[in-house]
Amino acid sequence: MRGLFAAVMLMGIFSFLGASWMLLLDAPDVAFTEASVGAGISTILALATLALTTRKAKVPVRRPALPLLIVVVTGAALVYGTLDMPHFGDPEAPASNYPDPSYVERTEHDIHVPNVVTAVLASYRGYDTLGETVVIFTAGIAVLVLLRGSRKRRPAGGGGEDAG
Amino acid sequence: MTDHTILRVVSKLLLPYVLLFALYVQFHGDYGPGGGFQAGVIFAAGFVLYGLIFGLTAVRRVAPARMIELVIATGVLVYAGTGVVAMLLGGNFLDYDVLYPAHPSTGQHYGILVVELGVGMTVAAVMIAVYSTFAGRGRG
Repeated sequence: MRGLFAAVMLMGIFSFLGASWMLLLDAPDVAFTEASVGAGISTILALATLALTTRKAKVPVRRPALPLLIVVVTGAALVYGTLDMPHFGDPEAPASNYPDPSYVERTEHDIHVPNVVTAVLASYRGYDTLGETVVIFTAGIAVLVLLRGSRKRRPAGGGGEDAG
Repeated sequence: MTDHTILRVVSKLLLPYVLLFALYVQFHGDYGPGGGFQAGVIFAAGFVLYGLIFGLTAVRRVAPARMIELVIATGVLVYAGTGVVAMLLGGNFLDYDVLYPAHPSTGQHYGILVVELGVGMTVAAVMIAVYSTFAGRGRG
């Protein structure tokens, strides 16, 4: 498939299906994030990139045999890795045990907030979320520096397409 | 896209509700699903919609680049500042109990609200900034 527009649309649909799946798993907070970030903003940014470049992917000059082999082997390894994982909904699974279940019981008394996800995110794990916010801050600053910096250099460089 | 009357009218009708829904998700995040991150993205989506229909110049008029950059930094400072305030009041960093010593759980509630506001500000501003620099490059 060489139509990049269709590829971007498929990516958006995939994200939206992912969000629906998260909702089915009773994780509305994650579904919310996936729908707004994955299906919304990422699609818009990918479309903005298409508007700056082209709508068609270039025809590859080499045979894709070796990359295909690498992808298949990696995929098989990943699938092999999932064979070890506990079954879905297993009460003995680490995911059900290790974030201590008492968070759910203590939240009502400690924090007085019905949404346990928010309580864990912003209070019990406040350091982690501070770190996440700083990551977003850093990523945003990095994007701004990259995009703006190359725009300023362009007139001096004689209109070269040297975007890195 | 300035000559698409239907798109202009419909998006003008939708925009206040998009922003209102973002604020709802922001400040209702401790009762329902959502929180600062989702609210920030929805708030930014409102600006992106505005930019897609009415052009980047209109967005820059509402949210100048300088202001957006300030908001990016302010969000992080609000979050970290809450932690520092908690320390000054005698607690640990980001321990919201001391914000309202009579009812520690109310203090936690206030702390979460403020902290989520910081997250929302940074996320919304970063998304708007990234979108407007992306969209502004073509005409640069």
